[in-house]
Amino acid sequence: MLDPLSPIRRLGHGAVERVWRLGFAARFFAAVLTHSGSSFRRLPLTLREIYFSGVLSLLIILVSGLFVGLVLGLQGYEILQRFGSTEALGTLVSLSLTRELGPVLAAIFFASRAGSSVTAEIGLMKATEQLKAMDMMAVDPIARVVAPRFWGGVISMPFLAAIFSAMGVLGGWLIGVVFIGVDDGAYWSQMQASVDFRYDILNGVIKSFVFGVAVSLIAVFEGYDSVPTAEGVSRAITRTVVTSVLTVLALDFVLTSFMFRGA
Amino acid sequence: MNRTVLDLWVGFFVAIGLAALLFLSLKVGNLSSAQLSETYVLKAKFDNIGGLKVRGPVKSAGVVVGRIVDIQFDSGTYEAVVSMNIDGRYHFPKDTFASINTAGLLGEQYVGFDAGGDDKMLQAGDTIAKTQSAIVLEKLISQFLFSKAADGQDKK
Repeated sequence: MLDPLSPIRRLGHGAVERVWRLGFAARFFAAVLTHSGSSFRRLPLTLREIYFSGVLSLLIILVSGLFVGLVLGLQGYEILQRFGSTEALGTLVSLSLTRELGPVLAAIFFASRAGSSVTAEIGLMKATEQLKAMDMMAVDPIARVVAPRFWGGVISMPFLAAIFSAMGVLGGWLIGVVFIGVDDGAYWSQMQASVDFRYDILNGVIKSFVFGVAVSLIAVFEGYDSVPTAEGVSRAITRTVVTSVLTVLALDFVLTSFMFRGA
Repeated sequence: MNRTVLDLWVGFFVAIGLAALLFLSLKVGNLSSAQLSETYVLKAKFDNIGGLKVRGPVKSAGVVVGRIVDIQFDSGTYEAVVSMNIDGRYHFPKDTFASINTAGLLGEQYVGFDAGGDDKMLQAGDTIAKTQSAIVLEKLISQFLFSKAADGQDKK
């Protein structure tokens, strides 16, 4: 009964399962891309998803961006004060937001706010056999349900990241200039002198676009692949958030090492 | 949800997003002034560039007039060749003096132009003849110490 090889077999089974799932995700991604023509031909479908994942995430992005900026302003001022260079506060706040914090934190909030609800929606559609019903009516569920949600997320994400960064810069300004009293002109001019459009801002936008693709793909895939039960859907939602956050952080490291290797 | 309300909200969202991008690129990144104008390339050779970096500023009278685009080593003359993109609105005389300065005590290094009095102007691709290398702080300190030591010897 006690098979000494069974742990190894289980390990192999797990590994094969993972690799198969990864391959399935890749094929799924390809299917979403090839079926995404209809989500642009039938624009209202995608617009609706932009509303659900973009517009409804606006509040959390605005508020969290503002608070991240406020904290950056306080901490940055406290540290820069030791070196007697508090005018560099604008540089510190804007560079850390446009390069890293804006895209990464916006992607994490986006994954937990919009990604999880997309997974829940698709998972419940699967559990209640709506996807199967569509298939029966010769409506491709990937073209009708998955692709618009994917593109809605991809389109929303760069906007959300830009809003997050802009709110953060304003938050830093609010703390630094209005409350602490750093010189207003120095805050903006030092920022403008050191932030480069292509090097800092465009790279941040590219980052947020990549994160948008990753988070949206994970969200729709986990929903589509979920076990069609109440428990299975809830697990899929958890997996969406965990996998998205880990993927975003790992991707961020890879992108940063390519983009900002130092001049 | 009603289609017109939905369109309104999505339009609102996209508008805010674009406004944020515009704010970032104009107010934070200062895209408006430096990037759009035409540029031409000038070169300068230095014995020692110190900590000069690509993308560093080129200033004349304290105003940023260009950016450093490339730094290379000339293995024939053992000098550093610095290429700079200069704003097309600004022109400098042939005998312009290029030096490497430091902004503040610990700030970044930049190339400073001191215009000369020549009637002819530098053309695109020209090399600036008169240059001054970066000041290396260690050399300055050691010179100072040596001169102090020499002073002490004289007095004995």
